[in-house]
Amino acid sequence: MSRVDGRLKVTGGATYAADNQLTGLVYGVLVTSTIAKGRIKAIDTQAARKAPGVLEIITYQNAPKVPGYEAKPTGQTRVDGQEFRVFYNDEILFNNQPVALVLADTFERANHAASLVTVQYAQAPHQTALRPNLTKGTKPKRADDYLRGQANAYTTAPVRVEQEYTTPINVHNPMEPHAATAVWQDANNVTVYNKTQAVRIAQQDIMKAFNLKEENVRVHSPFVGGAFGSSSRVWPQEMAAILGAKKVGRPVKVVLRRDQVFNMVGYRPESIQKVGIGASPDGKLVGITHEAYGLTSSYEQFAERIVDPSKSLYSCPNLNTTYKLVPLDLSTPCWTRGPGESSGSFALESAMDELAYALGMDPIALRLANFAENDPENQHPWTSNQLRACYERGATQFNWARRTPAPGSMRDGDWLVGLGMSAGIYKAGRSPATARATLLADGSLLVQSATADVGPGTYTIMTQIAADVMSMDPAHVRFELGDSALPPAPGQFGSHTTTSVGSAVYDVCLSLRQKVLELASGQAITTRDGYVELLRQKGMPQLSVTKESKSGSEEKTHSGKSFCANFVEVWVHPVTGQVRVVKVVSALDVGKVINAKTARSQVLGSVVWGLGMALMEEGQIDHRFGRYVNKDLADYHLPVFADVPDIDVILIDQPDTILDPIGAKGIGEIGMIGFAAAVANAVYHATGKRIRNLPITPDKLMA
Amino acid sequence: MQHNEPDRNNNAGQEARRDFLKQSTLLTALSLTPSVVVQAAEKHLDEKAAAYFEQVTLKLTINGKPYTLSVEPRVTLLDLLRERLNLTGTKKGCDYGQCGACTVHIDGRRTLSCLTFAVMHEGQAVTTIEGLAEAGPQGKLHPVQEAFIRHDGFQCGYCTPGQIMSAIGCLREDRANSPDEIREYMSGNICRCGAYNNIVDAIAEVKKGGQKV
Repeated sequence: MSRVDGRLKVTGGATYAADNQLTGLVYGVLVTSTIAKGRIKAIDTQAARKAPGVLEIITYQNAPKVPGYEAKPTGQTRVDGQEFRVFYNDEILFNNQPVALVLADTFERANHAASLVTVQYAQAPHQTALRPNLTKGTKPKRADDYLRGQANAYTTAPVRVEQEYTTPINVHNPMEPHAATAVWQDANNVTVYNKTQAVRIAQQDIMKAFNLKEENVRVHSPFVGGAFGSSSRVWPQEMAAILGAKKVGRPVKVVLRRDQVFNMVGYRPESIQKVGIGASPDGKLVGITHEAYGLTSSYEQFAERIVDPSKSLYSCPNLNTTYKLVPLDLSTPCWTRGPGESSGSFALESAMDELAYALGMDPIALRLANFAENDPENQHPWTSNQLRACYERGATQFNWARRTPAPGSMRDGDWLVGLGMSAGIYKAGRSPATARATLLADGSLLVQSATADVGPGTYTIMTQIAADVMSMDPAHVRFELGDSALPPAPGQFGSHTTTSVGSAVYDVCLSLRQKVLELASGQAITTRDGYVELLRQKGMPQLSVTKESKSGSEEKTHSGKSFCANFVEVWVHPVTGQVRVVKVVSALDVGKVINAKTARSQVLGSVVWGLGMALMEEGQIDHRFGRYVNKDLADYHLPVFADVPDIDVILIDQPDTILDPIGAKGIGEIGMIGFAAAVANAVYHATGKRIRNLPITPDKLMA
Repeated sequence: MQHNEPDRNNNAGQEARRDFLKQSTLLTALSLTPSVVVQAAEKHLDEKAAAYFEQVTLKLTINGKPYTLSVEPRVTLLDLLRERLNLTGTKKGCDYGQCGACTVHIDGRRTLSCLTFAVMHEGQAVTTIEGLAEAGPQGKLHPVQEAFIRHDGFQCGYCTPGQIMSAIGCLREDRANSPDEIREYMSGNICRCGAYNNIVDAIAEVKKGGQKV
């Protein structure tokens, strides 16, 4: 089934955050810091204030008070620490930090006036580089070290690999720059149209900041132009728009420029990791040690799940992990597609490939020899696990059998050919979610929940689930999301929307069906006319049911994960070091597939992200200034049409009968887990060069 | 029918004094402008004079409708469409011509609307994503729009208007004769969701179908 919002998206009718052209709209342009650390000595806004059309300029000196900024950190926030406070004081905590908001009646006038604001700083020495600061690393409050069996047991194994792997900063760069439009209806009621993966979280954050009740804050985000984790908390553009609107008493729109998206609205933090793996000569794993360093800001601890794949992917009796965070003078990183798992699995799955070579063993055979029958982290049975089928069907489709193992042994003309593979694992679970189903007088069904659709197809999938339960034509079902006034749902992240909200939609429709059955004295109704007639007979304008769904005891007794096997063919030019990925096969166990079309698209997206991570993406900071140098879409390289090969997606499509009533496990991230390692492994197979520092750029292969 | 921009509460500029008339560029202005205007500026009537210079009359056809507008020369075509004419289907992704989200057609050719000033298009015909389908919620879609839906050529949908306008350009330029050629000639349009292969399939299908684009 094609997307139900397809027509809106191909006609320009879908309304994203910056598309709300409210009457009397005022344009807000942010002025941002040009130093990474220090204090504002003076801000001169005189010239800007005199510029035509300027209504107000907000700085820390005149910003409306934000009561929530005075509160002591509760430790209850999703990121530990003191959130960044916009226009709060003269302190500069990171480069590109908002220091002023210029408000004018047109965008051009606001933009010009912003260029007239001058700021003098008292600069302090900054630290933005991870490696020179590793000694400052500490265990994050919310990520514990892990040990099973003996620590560092790999060192005792007859065959072992011990290497360091690094991943750079990756910046989400959704195509839609972050934007917010805010309007205060009166002193206590604010409406925000923003770009968020979680309208309820945005609402709660704004309530807390301004000390408002739930009914006073309304957040709308019906369409989101990509997010990938970068819109899962309230950022400066929302706060600036809200403060600006308060100050001028008119709606204010703040849209970040592309360069402002760098170091203001999150990013995937750099990592430096050490993996040690040891095995007996038959390939049985003896021990794994995974030590990781990440970076965070000076004011919050953003912890990732970077060592999680190592804990559960393979049966291994001895395993220990550590994770340390280094605070730097950067903005706080945030969740980025496969947050932690993507970086961690690059290290683990590269090391597994190195081990396979050290053992003289086929990489798939090595993984099968260490297949985990239960989750080794807690000994719980899997809710479902089709990883073996992923290996088998992926290898067949890819024709893995053609691979000659020796590095550099396969060629096509001038090009060195390499075949590589990897495995991936990602958490599968659900959060409490509520949905409302309303049978309307015209016999159609309206289903609502405050979830988001940042691109996976939630509008469509929820419509399908509801239509299926109610035996209705999907054309007669409408699903609404992206409004904080709707029944609560978790944010759209962590690959758990279908399992959480999908289950709520399923459950609420079952209840509605039951109600209909009762009203109809046990006679099943399957036609729209039948529903119309029933409501008419009963004198009901509509029939509505609201229901919350959540996980049960299975959460404590079972381990839910999605799995994948990635297969990549690369061609590497022996002289220029150019890497062309020419073929990809992704085989995935994501439980039941609700919509084959959108599910495949999710995997295509993960693969494209994996290609970017493996070969080109790197947020580059000039540490002399603590400032990004490649802060646009030409210099921050990400995959374009010409970079993307044929991608075969194999969905095993076996329902998970334990995790949730609809059998799904989640699909948004699993396709990216381990993917960069599959590329690196293919490059090694082609060239004999093991690149352990992403991205794999030609200079590293020429060296 | 003549279309003008939607009424917008635009109360600024009344008190503002336009620097270029008062200050350094006065001489330039003198040489270029009617003396009455300069006199007006000297008599502190420069707000009106500024308005005279800031606003340029522009006649454009957008999606088949004639518009007579008064715009500042510094307004990009993209911002004109989005912020003044409420044609928000065209998207701003990067503002530097690096992503293709703002692609529109000018006299039938694909153009990055963020990299061109509106006033440069006097008398020209602009087509945006809103101008492709027949009017109305059920109006017939352009074949490329239909193919994008059929092949799931998008996820979040933000780059989609630019992709579709560019795809039509690619087909018109006869650069859609193979998947590789499509990839090459569509590479100026970035899709962060990674719908590339589906878009290639959609364009190839329209090419194969031979529909007029």
